[in-house]
Amino acid sequence: MTMNNEPEAADVLAALPEVTPAELAALHDRLVARADAGDLMDVAYRTIDSPVGPLLLAATPQGLLRVAYESEDHDQVLATLAERVSPRILNAPRRLDPAARELDEYFAGARRRFDLPLDRSLSHGFRLTVLSHLPDIGYGQTASYGAVAALAGRPRAARAVGTACATNPLPVVVPCHRVILADGQLGAYVGGPAVKRLLLGLEAAA
Amino acid sequence: MIGKIPFEAVVAEHGATVLRVCRAILGPADADDAWSETFLAALRAYPDLPADANVQAWLVTIAHRKAIDVTRAAARRAVPVGDAPERPAPQRADERDLDLHAALAALPSKQRAAVAYHYLGGLPYTDVAEVIGGSTDAARRAAADGIARLRQTYAAATVGEGEAR
Repeated sequence: MTMNNEPEAADVLAALPEVTPAELAALHDRLVARADAGDLMDVAYRTIDSPVGPLLLAATPQGLLRVAYESEDHDQVLATLAERVSPRILNAPRRLDPAARELDEYFAGARRRFDLPLDRSLSHGFRLTVLSHLPDIGYGQTASYGAVAALAGRPRAARAVGTACATNPLPVVVPCHRVILADGQLGAYVGGPAVKRLLLGLEAAA
Repeated sequence: MIGKIPFEAVVAEHGATVLRVCRAILGPADADDAWSETFLAALRAYPDLPADANVQAWLVTIAHRKAIDVTRAAARRAVPVGDAPERPAPQRADERDLDLHAALAALPSKQRAAVAYHYLGGLPYTDVAEVIGGSTDAARRAAADGIARLRQTYAAATVGEGEAR
């Protein structure tokens, strides 16, 4: 729409230098630093590579808010965070350095529990209760949906535990992959059954 | 999708356009400051922006105000000194760009603003008029006069440069 109406008028402006990606990257870095200093960055995010594919990490000043598998569609996840938390979202890798480091250590078999501040504001009610109990299942262990329901104080709510796990905003860090079926089958997983098998295998081997 | 897109996507979509506008208004040296102030102010206000707002027009409007601030701050800094560094003679490959920026800088401010906001910022003349004041027709005339004068001065500069070689 810029130049279509009067192409002949704009040709003189075509000699203006192109804006380069490097120039924009430098300005972006500066914006992130100033937004951070001014408490204007409500959600910071980055992606990391992992043995289970690229992971999106997002954090508020309170702590880690979201871990998302590529299958969840990272753009869609960010759009949802913009709606539910705040649209003041910036790609700010440094803010996620501690989480990225602990996840790297976990995938290398060198970390058994996460020591990160978490922002639980995406979870509510019984789901929040369930997710809060998942770290009680130790590294390399598994528990059935029914057992977790009992841990969470509602022994008959195994199905609700399944829903809580399926909507876990912090997979890997909050270990819903350790919740399996009573008969020992792995059951469903937010990142897909293959990822669940990989994580449990990693923990069994370490 | 309901609601607003992440601000990161706003920067990705409009960052280059706003930088081109800032460079046209202020020249390359001060444009970075104006860009930073624009996006920081936009980030601050973003949650309150109506969901159906024209984001690019909103950003260009903020850039207009920030460019005025940057100009004023530069004027306050510009205390006379004896050994002010001279602007180096343009000798690089972007010589022509510097000439065009010089030609833009030589325009009356309304013409420069009308050219930048319409042709680089993509604002329709009604929006340009709202930003710089005056009527839509006056904004259209200012842009047309600005382009005409740019063509004269910039063409003259490039011809002169050609002859010097």
